[in-house]
Amino acid sequence: MDSTSAAGAADRPNVSAELPTIYTPHTPSEIAAMLAVVGVDSLDDLVAVPDAVALRGPVSVAPARAESEIAATFAGLAARAPGSAYTSFLGAGTYRHYTPPVVAALAMRGEFLTAYTPYQAEVSQGYLQAIYEWQTYISLLTGLDVANASVYDGATALAEGAIMAVNATGRKALLVSAAVHPNYRSVLRTYAEGLDLVIDELNYAADGTTDLEGLEGRLADKRYAAVIVQSPNFFGAVDTPASRTAAIKATGTLVIGVVAEALSLAALTPPARWGADIAVGEGQSFGVAMAYGGPHVGFIATTTEHLRRIPGRLVGRTVDKAGAPAYTLTLQAREQHIRREKATSNICTNQAHCALCATIYLAAMGQTGLRDCAAHNLARARELQTKVSAVGGVRLRFCAPTFNEFVVQVPGRASDVLTGLQRRRVLGGLDLGRFYPELADCILMTATELTTSDEIDLLVFALSEQVARATARV
Amino acid sequence: MRQLAFDTPLIFESGHPGRANRYLPAGPPLTDFLAPELLRDELPLPDNTELDVNRHFTRLSQKTFAIDLGFYPLGSCTMKYNPRINDAMANLPAFRDLHPFTPDELAQGALAVMWELERSLASLFGMAAFSLNPAAGAHAELTALLIAKAYFTKIGAAATRRTVIVPDTAHGTNPASAAMVGYRVVSLKSDARGRVSVDEIKAAIGSDTAVCMMTNPNTLGLFEDHIKEITDAVHAAGGLMYYDGANANALMGNSRPGDMGFDLMHLNLHKTFSIPHGGGGAGAGPVGVAKHLVPFLPVPLVTCNESTGAGGWESSDGKTFGLDFERPDAIGSMRSFWSNFAHMVRALAYVYANGFEGLTLVSKLAVLNANYIRASIKDVIDSPYDENCRHEFVVSAQQLKRETGVRALDIGKALLDRGYHAPTVYFPLLVPECLMIEPTETESKATLDAFIADFRAIVATAKSDPGAILDAPVNTVVRRIDETRAARQPDLRWHPNGAAGPARA
Repeated sequence: MDSTSAAGAADRPNVSAELPTIYTPHTPSEIAAMLAVVGVDSLDDLVAVPDAVALRGPVSVAPARAESEIAATFAGLAARAPGSAYTSFLGAGTYRHYTPPVVAALAMRGEFLTAYTPYQAEVSQGYLQAIYEWQTYISLLTGLDVANASVYDGATALAEGAIMAVNATGRKALLVSAAVHPNYRSVLRTYAEGLDLVIDELNYAADGTTDLEGLEGRLADKRYAAVIVQSPNFFGAVDTPASRTAAIKATGTLVIGVVAEALSLAALTPPARWGADIAVGEGQSFGVAMAYGGPHVGFIATTTEHLRRIPGRLVGRTVDKAGAPAYTLTLQAREQHIRREKATSNICTNQAHCALCATIYLAAMGQTGLRDCAAHNLARARELQTKVSAVGGVRLRFCAPTFNEFVVQVPGRASDVLTGLQRRRVLGGLDLGRFYPELADCILMTATELTTSDEIDLLVFALSEQVARATARV
Repeated sequence: MRQLAFDTPLIFESGHPGRANRYLPAGPPLTDFLAPELLRDELPLPDNTELDVNRHFTRLSQKTFAIDLGFYPLGSCTMKYNPRINDAMANLPAFRDLHPFTPDELAQGALAVMWELERSLASLFGMAAFSLNPAAGAHAELTALLIAKAYFTKIGAAATRRTVIVPDTAHGTNPASAAMVGYRVVSLKSDARGRVSVDEIKAAIGSDTAVCMMTNPNTLGLFEDHIKEITDAVHAAGGLMYYDGANANALMGNSRPGDMGFDLMHLNLHKTFSIPHGGGGAGAGPVGVAKHLVPFLPVPLVTCNESTGAGGWESSDGKTFGLDFERPDAIGSMRSFWSNFAHMVRALAYVYANGFEGLTLVSKLAVLNANYIRASIKDVIDSPYDENCRHEFVVSAQQLKRETGVRALDIGKALLDRGYHAPTVYFPLLVPECLMIEPTETESKATLDAFIADFRAIVATAKSDPGAILDAPVNTVVRRIDETRAARQPDLRWHPNGAAGPARA
């Protein structure tokens, strides 16, 4: 430690004597020398403000502590969050997947972690290339022509995609399936409030997919900018209006495909192939931590026709003045720092580091690893489905084909059953009554490649207990 | 200092079928579970060994400048050191692997993190409450303007309050965010002192004013010393004041937006609270509001039944927390889940490391560092506002350009050759050939002295041999980029057929 620092604390009156250095390197003599160059007597003189706005009253922030004590404090807080140690069948837009350690080992390199946005392309070629690769991966996975450098998450990707459709068509209404993730629809409504957009809904059908009956009639007056469907949808069902997309487009309405479980793209028909003009979604499944909800990573992909309506950053490949291949942020005339109030979106900071994690994950897994992973998700979910629906009184609520999650109906209230399961340290899934009052006896259950037969058997055992209890009550 | 330049073909060009990693056991055929018409017929992604992947991304990292490699005097971006304890805490398995739908009673420690941080921020910036929901600064601006719209709707004034006032020194996100709420943007000219003038603002406001968006210190690094008169005038006209927190690193422990009269504000935790920028995100942009706007904050809010309600930080020990979604006046939710939680852990770790006294010192030393550089270069480059600055300052290369042809951009590129990131250039828009310099408090006098010497040497070279500066950078892995070609022939992805052409229809 700097031998001057203990003595120096005295002439740095705002510094606790116990913790003289935080992340600031200045010694007292350096501060004095610098003040002399600036020509002021003290740090306080340098930051003086008019009396009217000077700090008044007590300020109370969490007290300072040494790094070892920070670690101890968080260890204590972490111990008060035991949820991650439970056997979990939660999904619903955030998924527990295997991430090879190489992803964190590379992504946490300081060069990536502590870089700024790559506006200075000459010293940012590595990160720019990685984002170009991310754009390519998302294009290949969705089957669309181009993808942007990321947006905040799946819900904001949907909101931004919807605004693209509004701008492309000049129409101010959107028709969204009730089987789109409720949180995504909620965010869409929040954004719509700002732009005075109308949001109408399509009900879900008896099989758990979007009810397309009478769709053409609703589109006839050409008031909708887009029809929005999610596949797999919030109930886990493969839900693509493939047979209707031609009719939808004939009315000048765009089709937006939402993907909340990106791993499904490794197995299912990609959005472009079933007719989506814009694909939006959440990439958390590609090696990004669940982290109690964020940061995750949203993506937007579309056709070349709508390229200039894409929000946020885009990386392009070009050449430098010597003719060598080079990458740079491009088409910035869409963006807020150039266009201000005429920009396609206000987005500036995006989710670059999460997109980097996803890119490394996709590179490491490869097509073989992704296919295997998708197959295991299907297999584990099928085993879960079979065993759970064999419990007396429990049945599958919908019959449409599913990927890695599905809905079961239980006797009594789902919330009571789920609370009961917690006594066995099991998180049995999501209570759908939270979002759909008519499904208050339904649970959304998820299995991934990490779900084991032992875990499924534990759930079945605990669920049998709860069902017996609920049946006894009835 | 020359940047490393290993060859890095695209990951798509290096893959070989059959070289797959075995991270998972081999899977059964997809057709065991789903009908072929539901399945994709091709998945054209490369298979690589882990060594291929490791070497590829390690090489890419070496072609990427970062705080860990050198000094980043990037104005309005606050590129301070990112302590690694923050990441270690965010990566504790209990936090990292916590599902957002975990019942509150099994997530108490995570909720406590959010609550302790929120209480600390509210006290430090003088606001009644913060929402930790928004994912970034621009997202926070949108959130705040939606709150303003909801407020005016509630009091029956939404139809008339349609205008947002933005000074010409504002970040581009301010007007862009206003446009996303359908507001008309009125730009306000700064006065000769680089401030918003009280007379100008009084002339601009009226019964149509919804919000006035300002940052203080402003993007010239100058403290808006008439801020109280401005906020009073806007309030008298029935408008709301919004504080853009991009420059909050200048203020901590010294002055609070709440005391200045701001009704709404955001913070960029990835600037002021040491969260790594990660190459452009993820960020975090908590929104703070005065008491009358608390009901409109987005859902969910973290609640604590046992709080004393005194207004500042309290220990979370022995308290219980919940996520409150039942808030009838709330604007709704702004994102899929509750917050960029991993960043809340990082920000709280940073508050723990500093405490109030430490944060106060952070701001003072940030201001000292900026003034030290300014005082040490102002004899060689124009300083359009010749007074002591706050945490950042601007200089103008206009005179240098007239004399030598060397522009602000060229100085930035010459700095790249000497191992620095370039300053922010051509912003704010009102200063011609602007360079905006923000050193942050984590840089040492030795680093600043070296930067000053290099900056002065660049200006001297510009005068003696301008061609050398116009040619910069030469030590980087590529030379200046053909931006025109990038925009005219957009090549935004690789194609499986090998054609690295423009995006195809």
